[in-house]
Amino acid sequence: MNLEPVIGLEVHVELKTDSKMFSPSPAHFGAEPNTNTNVIDWGHPGVLPVVNKRAIEFGMRAALTLNCGIADYTKFDRKNYFYPDNPKAYQISQFDKPIGFDGWIEIDVKGEKKKIRIERVHLEEDAGKNTHGDNGSSFVDLNRQGTPLIEIVSEADMRSPEEAQAYLDTIKQLIQFTKVSDVKMQEGSMRCDANISLRPFGQEEFGTKTELKNLNSFNNVRKGLEHEIVRQEKILNAGGILQQETRRFDETTGETILMRVKEGSSDYRYFPEPDIPNLKISEDWINDVRASLPEMPKERQSRYINDYSLPEYDAGVLTATVEMSDFFQETVDYAADPKQVSNWLMGEVSAYLNSEHLEFSETKLTPKALAEMITLIEDGTISSKIAKKVFKELITNGSDDVKALVEEKGWVQLSDPAKLLPIISETLDNNEQSIEDYKNGKDRALGFLVGSVMKQTRGKANPGVVNKLLKEEMDKR
Amino acid sequence: MAINEETVKQVAKLAKLEFDDSTIDSITKELDQIVEMVEKLDALDTEGVEGTYHGLPQTNVWREDVVQKGTDREDLFKNVKTRKDGYIEVPAMFDNGGSEA
Repeated sequence: MNLEPVIGLEVHVELKTDSKMFSPSPAHFGAEPNTNTNVIDWGHPGVLPVVNKRAIEFGMRAALTLNCGIADYTKFDRKNYFYPDNPKAYQISQFDKPIGFDGWIEIDVKGEKKKIRIERVHLEEDAGKNTHGDNGSSFVDLNRQGTPLIEIVSEADMRSPEEAQAYLDTIKQLIQFTKVSDVKMQEGSMRCDANISLRPFGQEEFGTKTELKNLNSFNNVRKGLEHEIVRQEKILNAGGILQQETRRFDETTGETILMRVKEGSSDYRYFPEPDIPNLKISEDWINDVRASLPEMPKERQSRYINDYSLPEYDAGVLTATVEMSDFFQETVDYAADPKQVSNWLMGEVSAYLNSEHLEFSETKLTPKALAEMITLIEDGTISSKIAKKVFKELITNGSDDVKALVEEKGWVQLSDPAKLLPIISETLDNNEQSIEDYKNGKDRALGFLVGSVMKQTRGKANPGVVNKLLKEEMDKR
Repeated sequence: MAINEETVKQVAKLAKLEFDDSTIDSITKELDQIVEMVEKLDALDTEGVEGTYHGLPQTNVWREDVVQKGTDREDLFKNVKTRKDGYIEVPAMFDNGGSEA
């Protein structure tokens, strides 16, 4: 039987607030275990959780970016379950009145565009972190407990692992542009669970689904789904019946392993959170947040193409991340030529970041310095060969004044004919044979003479000027 | 009967509570009576009455995003039975799937 995969994704994104969702303890990554927590996170008796207003606003930014409607009336609910990383024995989440609903994004798989609907975006708190020991113990760090999260729930609109991956890529890109989260799967600030079922092509009704967990990288999402499709196909094609279950992706074997037969939503015994009064979101607030949203990748791309005459390819690469796009914009705003900026960012800068495993913010390169350097290349102050040296200096040590830097380092290109002429005359005096060869139409002779002048000036001479002066001088002889 | 033995067993399992059979019998009766009492409200006509989502009339009670230092770990750990290197040590969790969040 020919079966069609039906995939829906639940994506969790950690919001980059300073304090936690319902408590003022620090929501920062990397502290000593159990030091960024307080009695509210631990659910001590008598404590009162209070909503972080910025987390609501960040949730709205994300939801609006994903083309969601924003609830004018929203509330929090308790989701009850026992787990050691969840000290209250409930998670404060949103059940029937999520902050965002009915959104969509457009994905692109090999040039084919498709709209994926988003059912809801809701706010909740993260759980702590467990480390599993091998001596019968697990170790709990509650620093992450209470960090604001949004959960983005898609409709079951995806039909292949490739579409699921494109959906994740797009979500990551869009959320990154809103700057409400780092959206890094490898650091856990973006996490993904997948629901997948199979059905005969043409059948409307969904089959029995599996929920896949532990998909902690973009590759694992695809691999986990691919494996699950094969597993379900085998069972169904053998006439078997699937049970609704939660399975875990095992990175080492590439297989999915049964965790538990899935609880229904009623097993979480959701009820309204009595400690937190409901929220009314005014039209004005929604409009303010909408107005504060940055220009998104698609709009930036068309602007780069139309206003800066960049090729579509450049526009795509430059808007892959918000850091790249912002850096490009700021550099161009310093009056550097857009195509040159694009070439440097896609070439030397990207190569450096990749080979050193760094991000823009971790280098010393500034948009101002890059713009100054490009201007110095264009006005002939430095050669494009020397520019590579200048670039290395700018990205490793930085500079507030690139012109002063190249002067200080003696990297200024020698273009002044008055300074070049004596060297040229001397070179010609010493190479009469080359002059003769040149006059007999041997172009290689000119190349030799240019090389010779370059050598004498230790690469500082402007090759274009040297070329021109050599020809003029030889014509005189 | 609104509540039967199965429901009680299921709820007890979710709440990680254990009862012997005779207790389950009496709990079933008690819970059933409570639900029956609440069901008397069904007699009222609530057509057109807006649902109540919260017991308090206030809305929009929130705080600005300002950090305060966490509670001292040693104080928090007074309620922790077993610990190791700043972590809370608990019996291993076989399900290994992480939290529900």
